[in-house]
Amino acid sequence: MSELPEQVLLAVRHLSVDFTLRTHVLHAVRDVSFDLKRGTTTCLVGESGSGKSVSSRALLRLVDRPGRITQGEILLRDGAGFTDLAQLPPAGRAIRAVRGKRIGLIFQEPMSSLSPVHTIGSQIAEAVRLHTGLDRRAARLRVIELLRHVEIADPGRMFDRYAFEFSGGMRQRAIIAMALAGEPDILIADEPTTALDVTTQAEILDLIKRLQAERGMAMLLITHDMGIVAEVADEVAVMRFGRIVEQGPVDRIFHDAEHPYTRRLLGATRKLEQSGVAGRAGSAEPILSVRGLGKVFPGRRQWFGSKGGDFRAVQDASFDLYAGESLGIVGESGSGKTTLGRMILRTIEPSEGTIEYRQRNGRVIDVRGLGKEGLRAYHRDVRLVFQDPFASLNPRLTVKQVIGDPLAIAGLAQGRGLDRRVAELMELVGLDPAAMERYPHAFSGGQRQRIGIARALALDPRIIIADEATSALDVSIRSQILDLLLELQQRLGLSYLFIAHDISVVRYFCHRVAVMHRGRIVEIGEAARICSAPVEPYTRSLISAVPNPDPRAKRMLHRHRFAETV
Amino acid sequence: MSESALLAASVAEDEEGPALTALRRSRKAAASIGPWRLIAGKLARQRLAMAAGAIVLLLYLIGAFAEFLAPALPDTARPQYTFAPPQPISLYRKGPDGKPVFGLSVPTYRVSVDSVALRRTFVPDETRPVPIGFFVRGPAYRLWGLIPLETHLIGPLSPSQPFYLLGADRLGRDVLSRMIFGTRISMSIGLAGVAVSLILGIVLGALSGFYGGWVDTLIQRLIEVVSAMPTIPLWLGLAAAIPLTWSPASVYFVITLIVSLLGWTSLAREVRGRFLALRNEDFVTAARLDGASEKRLIFRHILPSLTSHILAVVTLAVPTMIVAETSLSFLGIGLKPPVVSWGVLLQDAQNIRTVATAPWLLIWPALAVVAAVLAFNFFGDGLRDAADPYGE
Repeated sequence: MSELPEQVLLAVRHLSVDFTLRTHVLHAVRDVSFDLKRGTTTCLVGESGSGKSVSSRALLRLVDRPGRITQGEILLRDGAGFTDLAQLPPAGRAIRAVRGKRIGLIFQEPMSSLSPVHTIGSQIAEAVRLHTGLDRRAARLRVIELLRHVEIADPGRMFDRYAFEFSGGMRQRAIIAMALAGEPDILIADEPTTALDVTTQAEILDLIKRLQAERGMAMLLITHDMGIVAEVADEVAVMRFGRIVEQGPVDRIFHDAEHPYTRRLLGATRKLEQSGVAGRAGSAEPILSVRGLGKVFPGRRQWFGSKGGDFRAVQDASFDLYAGESLGIVGESGSGKTTLGRMILRTIEPSEGTIEYRQRNGRVIDVRGLGKEGLRAYHRDVRLVFQDPFASLNPRLTVKQVIGDPLAIAGLAQGRGLDRRVAELMELVGLDPAAMERYPHAFSGGQRQRIGIARALALDPRIIIADEATSALDVSIRSQILDLLLELQQRLGLSYLFIAHDISVVRYFCHRVAVMHRGRIVEIGEAARICSAPVEPYTRSLISAVPNPDPRAKRMLHRHRFAETV
Repeated sequence: MSESALLAASVAEDEEGPALTALRRSRKAAASIGPWRLIAGKLARQRLAMAAGAIVLLLYLIGAFAEFLAPALPDTARPQYTFAPPQPISLYRKGPDGKPVFGLSVPTYRVSVDSVALRRTFVPDETRPVPIGFFVRGPAYRLWGLIPLETHLIGPLSPSQPFYLLGADRLGRDVLSRMIFGTRISMSIGLAGVAVSLILGIVLGALSGFYGGWVDTLIQRLIEVVSAMPTIPLWLGLAAAIPLTWSPASVYFVITLIVSLLGWTSLAREVRGRFLALRNEDFVTAARLDGASEKRLIFRHILPSLTSHILAVVTLAVPTMIVAETSLSFLGIGLKPPVVSWGVLLQDAQNIRTVATAPWLLIWPALAVVAAVLAFNFFGDGLRDAADPYGE
């Protein structure tokens, strides 16, 4: 293999991985070839089930049974020659010497990749001592240096902390430090920022990119987000159903893609860069009016001594929602956006403030004062669409029962009439009514979300609260669901309260946006203005941290940084 | 991109889903299969669980048709055959002309008396076989107390001759027949005990998990108090309180209550945990927002999601009940003769001399208990795995 250029550290040739399942063989990876070069970042991008994670794990021979490499070579440069990792026994000494020492791996879930019972430092020190044979004291110094490298403040003290004392971003930094412990020349990062907030994501990507440049490592970055690809990749390979459908330099993929799938993927991502709603919508008078809404979760009362600290999840939230309008609520995790949505439905009781709802007949009612019957009527007008398309449908009921349940409870339809109404609703959300008798497990994530929407529409509502309704979906499915919701808004005159962490989705979908931070609405205004000219510093940092799906206009690396003042 | 790569790409564009190679034809599209069918399918694939399930079923069938399957009545004592050993079955017996002809038979016994120890020993006597057959007429009985019958599955052609396939006990009663009748009592006391604890467990567990708050606290403390009681002394005390004059049926009923009294706690905890988890599931919140009443939430949405797990837990609880009954009866404070259960049978094997002279008194009932408990455990484990939606 001397014909490979000198800078190629790892070459994958015709790699195939099969999973032999009970009834069939799943060809998870099919004939995949790519190179990892010194100092370059290669991105494997694809939607869920495309085989991108399996490919990366196969490089370290970490594919679990019943997965099996059926053909291909994984050539790792070893001095002058190459070692074929595909030939090594998957549990042997030879491959263990490669793991961590030559190839470092960063996982997606910072929560579950660290042991909860060992200190952060001791976990990294273990990796250091495995690879270098340093003694305890020297390893400690080395770990502190590594922690400093990954920009953890006060590394000497953080060494003795436990994982639960670290935030998600800090944990991911610790994992990166661990991956660097063996001084590998190849780094594999499997969706390293998917579980993180957008500002943290930007910081972690910054860090990875900087470390890679400093150490001249070759990096393989697995992601589903075209925005991240544009921000950090040098080379891109687009995967679909186990195959690489297209690969090349990042600029060519983004500006001159040949494969229709790549174009579709880019289209779905770029679409969210503009607004999908026309102008200013809405009536003169608000349909829902929230003033000074707040929620305090009381601290646990102790048996002896005083109470623990109270937690103010939402403070002084005020906004209006007009008929036919979409209002986006944007914020990072823990900002209180979900609590706000649930308070409006009163599945979480507000601690303070008012919620006023204007009924169809024009009468304004106080939602907080509603009794059981009043609340039931209110819940017919204000419906919720959930985030998780799997957990939100009862697995024991057929689709007809799921969609028809609200109708049956309200006594609006039974028997033949119910069938007809359910069929109507299924057609409305783009599902085949013939599938009415099936159970939810027979549907894909996108179809399940459509079922959830049909259930929300069953009672002919006026307001729909969509809580992260698209964040569990793949990019292409996400834009379909967004378009479906927009079309339903046109046809049925719905108002949406759209809760999301993803700013591009909100920009596409909403007329107005409210930005939440630490339980407060920091800024509220027209979506176009918030996304292009935000006023508040926090909003500015949030907007600029969103990856831009254009390698010629990288946004994240020149972002506005928000100095936290507590 | 090279030409061949483009070609491959255009092929890939037509693909609708992940690449699969079918290993066998699926009989039915998975789409319209309900969750129960899925569980049944998963269960059917676990061989050990299926075999264990077959054994459980077999034991219950034996219990149901005890009168027909047993060659004799459980209480027919024949003092001349005290501790008679098991008789082997031979396929041939001597015909009238002296030549062996095909036909099932067992040997009779020749009694020899040890003149020093004055102990009788039985030696099988091959020369005078007892012809046996299937569907023979034997002692009269009423099947399930209703249908008067005389036919037994297997037995000697002439009812007066000895027939002890698994040996005889202290009073010359047939151990096989007693085992078969014991199966009925032991297996049913497991079920009945579980039924009582199931009701208690589900009601209290559901209340505890669904409402939370002080209801939950109260029930949980109650469970803790009950589980903190030392089992054997409590049973002893309760069983000792049963008046000796009570009929066997009411003793049976009270024993059922006693063994289930402690079994319900684990079930209640299980149900509560599931309720707590499901109460905050999205689909339950969705149903609540759909306007569903609490009754509807519990019975239409939460309980159906629990049934498969409850079933598995129940299956695993039955053997505990069987063992509890056996222990009580073995100690002489549970069921008492003339009721026959495996525990009552084991009572006969309490001293070493009996075990030395007649080991079959210990072996067979003990084997039955072990087989039943293992079968239930394996079946329950399989059921639990099959009911787990995250399995496989």
